[in-house]
Amino acid sequence: MKLTNLLSEKKSAVLNRWYDAILNTYPSDTSSFLKQQKNPFLNPVGSTIFQGIEDLFNELLQCKMEGERVSQFLDNIIRIRAVQNFTPSQCISFILFLKKVIREEIKDELATQHLYDELQELESKIDEMSLLAFDIFMKCREKLFQLKADELQRWTFRRLKKADEIYRQESVHEDIYDEITEFKRKEVAK
Amino acid sequence: MNAIISLIAVIGLVLIALIGVNVANLHFIFGVVVPYFAIVVFLIGVISRVMKWGRTPVPFRIPTTCGQQQSFPWIKQSKLDNPSTAAGVVGRMLLEVLLFRSLFSNTKFELREGPKIAYGSTKWLWLGGLAFHWSFFVVLVRHLRLFTEPVPVFLQNIEALDGFLQVGIPGVLISGVVLLLAVTYLFLRRVIEPAVRYISLAADYFPLFLIMSIALTGILMRYFLRVDIVGIKALTIGLVSFNAKVPEGISVVFYIHLFLVSTLFAYIPFSKIMHLGGVLLSPTRNLPNNSRMVRHINPWNYPVELHTYSEYEDEFREKMKKAGLPVEKE
Amino acid sequence: MAKTPKPDELSKINYTPPQSSWIDTPTELKEGYWCYGAKPKNLEILHFPNPREWRVQDEDWKLPENWQEIILEGMKERLDKYRSFKVFMDICVRCGACADKCHFFIGSGDPKNMPVLRAELLRSVYRGNFTAAGKILGKIAGARPLTLAVLKEWWYYFFQCTECRRCSVFCPYGIDTAEITMMGRELLNLLGLNTDWISGPAANCYMKGNHLGLEPHTIVGNLSYMLDDIETATGIKIEPTFNRKGAEILFVTPSGDLFADPGTYTCMGYLMLFHELGLDYTWSTYASEGGNFGFFTSNELAKRLNSKIYAEAKRLGVKWILGGECGHMWRVLNQYMDTWNGPADFLEVPKSPITGTVFENTKTTKMVHIAEFTADLIKNGKLKLDPKRNDNLKVTFHDSCNTSRGMGLFEEPRYIINNVCNNFYEMDELTIREKTFCCGSGSGLNAGENMEIRMRGGLPRANAVKDVVDKYGVNMVANICAIDRAVLTASLDYWVPGTKVTGVHELVANALIMKGEKERTTDLRGEPLPGMEGNE
Repeated sequence: MKLTNLLSEKKSAVLNRWYDAILNTYPSDTSSFLKQQKNPFLNPVGSTIFQGIEDLFNELLQCKMEGERVSQFLDNIIRIRAVQNFTPSQCISFILFLKKVIREEIKDELATQHLYDELQELESKIDEMSLLAFDIFMKCREKLFQLKADELQRWTFRRLKKADEIYRQESVHEDIYDEITEFKRKEVAK
Repeated sequence: MNAIISLIAVIGLVLIALIGVNVANLHFIFGVVVPYFAIVVFLIGVISRVMKWGRTPVPFRIPTTCGQQQSFPWIKQSKLDNPSTAAGVVGRMLLEVLLFRSLFSNTKFELREGPKIAYGSTKWLWLGGLAFHWSFFVVLVRHLRLFTEPVPVFLQNIEALDGFLQVGIPGVLISGVVLLLAVTYLFLRRVIEPAVRYISLAADYFPLFLIMSIALTGILMRYFLRVDIVGIKALTIGLVSFNAKVPEGISVVFYIHLFLVSTLFAYIPFSKIMHLGGVLLSPTRNLPNNSRMVRHINPWNYPVELHTYSEYEDEFREKMKKAGLPVEKE
Repeated sequence: MAKTPKPDELSKINYTPPQSSWIDTPTELKEGYWCYGAKPKNLEILHFPNPREWRVQDEDWKLPENWQEIILEGMKERLDKYRSFKVFMDICVRCGACADKCHFFIGSGDPKNMPVLRAELLRSVYRGNFTAAGKILGKIAGARPLTLAVLKEWWYYFFQCTECRRCSVFCPYGIDTAEITMMGRELLNLLGLNTDWISGPAANCYMKGNHLGLEPHTIVGNLSYMLDDIETATGIKIEPTFNRKGAEILFVTPSGDLFADPGTYTCMGYLMLFHELGLDYTWSTYASEGGNFGFFTSNELAKRLNSKIYAEAKRLGVKWILGGECGHMWRVLNQYMDTWNGPADFLEVPKSPITGTVFENTKTTKMVHIAEFTADLIKNGKLKLDPKRNDNLKVTFHDSCNTSRGMGLFEEPRYIINNVCNNFYEMDELTIREKTFCCGSGSGLNAGENMEIRMRGGLPRANAVKDVVDKYGVNMVANICAIDRAVLTASLDYWVPGTKVTGVHELVANALIMKGEKERTTDLRGEPLPGMEGNE
């Protein structure tokens, strides 16, 4: 528990370091804007990231690591980074930054207070987070492709529905249609 | 880099004046020829620039509407932010030109957010800009005392107002100090804020350095060097009465000041400082939003190639008939 | 996608650009950010120059030999024709007030998405070729020569601007990036550089009357399908007319509403409202497009496409024109149509046949916005409304860029919504009315291949929606724009899943008590009305 207490004390320092490390993945002109503008409506990227890492860090300290909550916090950040021109590894690397930030922040105490065991435990939690993050990243990217498909469908849905209806009314007798549907269902079930 | 080039340029200008007067003894050139030349360039340049803008047509009425349009009597129109009359436009322009309203709207909601640096900074831009332009204006007006004899009462009043602090001998005039502070702020902002630094050109730093040096030399003369004010006034009165002569014993700082001012005036028509004229002619601000009430004429509107209804019907007549749509030709 | 970084690069990514200025920083055209190039057949239909097969990712864009000359000539011509262009090229002081006002900059952080820099892309070439200082001092004066790299940079960034005019609100001189982007796109079109997503609909609209290329019988067919749905929901059979001479009113709306969900529900709303009023109006299949993708191409093409509305009104002999819910359509109708294709002296000053209100604010254009028309109806008590039918909805209103900053239509739609819904919540005031954020895909950027940039651009808007979703449980974003209806659906699905999008007149139709209707159990989308959940 020594480590968590120590980190709780240093929370704001750790968060600021972590935040800076993340912002450094953006071009410098951008990162200064992200840093300065505090209004969440005018700076959704910066404020979401900061809120997100704070939530994640709290979760880590409380040793809860509840899957659903952590996923939600990660999702808020990753959803943004997934459309910001990062490679997949760059996109989720921000979680691993935390390891380095913590080690730097508690450099002195680490040796004097024998915190290595606890640190190892904490770091493995961070590793878990990064795995979770990868899943979320993939979901976001899949969503993007889904959006394209959905959009196409919204544009053609009526036409298809209409065609389907004409088909049902004019070409095929209703029970034949039902038979076909039934057949298809069986095929799928196999 | 851009800033350094500009700084070197301004230092160069100072050196030219220094050498020209002190070494080469070209008092007449720097005291009379250069100012006349600058003022001629300024006048011709500004007039031709504004005429060029003014002659360019405004094909469409494209105000940026920043408030409720005029529609029904029971819906309150935002008469200044979305004017539909000439009076409204005048009001909008006055607020824009005198108070920089658009820049202010930048800050309106940010004040509410409390003491956070970021909100300050945009508000500072409005305040800094306003302080800079107004103090510049007051300084300019104050200088009219050098060109009038006797000095009109209103100028004396302005000066009295300007020196209301009543400290120091000679009394400190606020406008000059504010001008120097504001121009320094505008410069620092350009250098410190990365986004602004990124977009800044040499043409953005040069006028700032120029005005900064003008203010500095002016303050130097007024408070520290005790220049020969009688001699200077003889020169300036001579300039406006087209009977120019150069009195002896005027400090070289004055010539530097005058040369920098001349450079500024001659530079204006070729630079972004023309924005004053530009804002008055800006079609997104100086037009009423009444294009559904009063037709706007485009002087170069020309006939274009069209796909007419009859061509359309020719292509789709059979399909139209089948769908039960009326057609012109059977 | 960029090449895979080495393991040690991972922990320390440095995206800080070289200290060189933006002029020296080359632009890399990244997939997911640009739209496909225009197909030759569409440019041929429009009689546009340089139709050819080309691909954005190719090195060679197959430009004409003298392309620089063409661009510079075109620039000179436009500098002499548009005071806006000339003045905006000259007076920017680069104060930076606009820098963080662009939704693309906020969402992407790409410095070249700062409005001032987007304009500098063009300004730098202007200085280098049209100003003395630029010609003599070159780069020191912020000038640069027109190279192929510059041209590609233009193409990349002028199709990353949605012409939303938000920056223009905050600029002390009113410099409007939309004007700059429009000029930039005009110049690109001189070389046959357009996107497929814009040139395709424009060609469709020119030949077939609407962006989607719906032929006359298809329009009738699509509407009849909606009429069936209306009958299912209300028990009322509606029979609208098409191309009918002698009708009092011509109704024009964006064709997206005829085809794509959820715009179709808005369209059903129009049909139901007009039927209930017994309005003497007609649809047109020739002028079946209110929107104008020509406006995203060139002034001339915009005028060519727009001309159909007045021409059709004249041919049919209507008295005035009513326009549906659309964003850029109303920028065009409000600020351009009469100037291009007027005067509409064959029409009468619009007067509501139901309330007798004369729409004085439209006395020369003779075209009324449906939000104005309906607000007047409600104000005069002409509609029987049951807002409880929308009680399952918690509604917020997204102001469309063009009706906001190119018109000022703020109160009318809000008045309507407040009369047809019981639960209405405004988004943060920094993000509505004249400060509204773009949906992220306006001005012809709503293609599929640039989905990433669309999502980035949509973030500021979606973020404000998320706030009211969290605070008040908002589940429906109302708007008065066909592009909004199409693209907010996608953007909110990514950023705030579960939030739906609707046109204002869909809400009106749900609340509208119609003469002779059966007891309604579902809304227009076929979902049970509040209190009717068990009846299905």
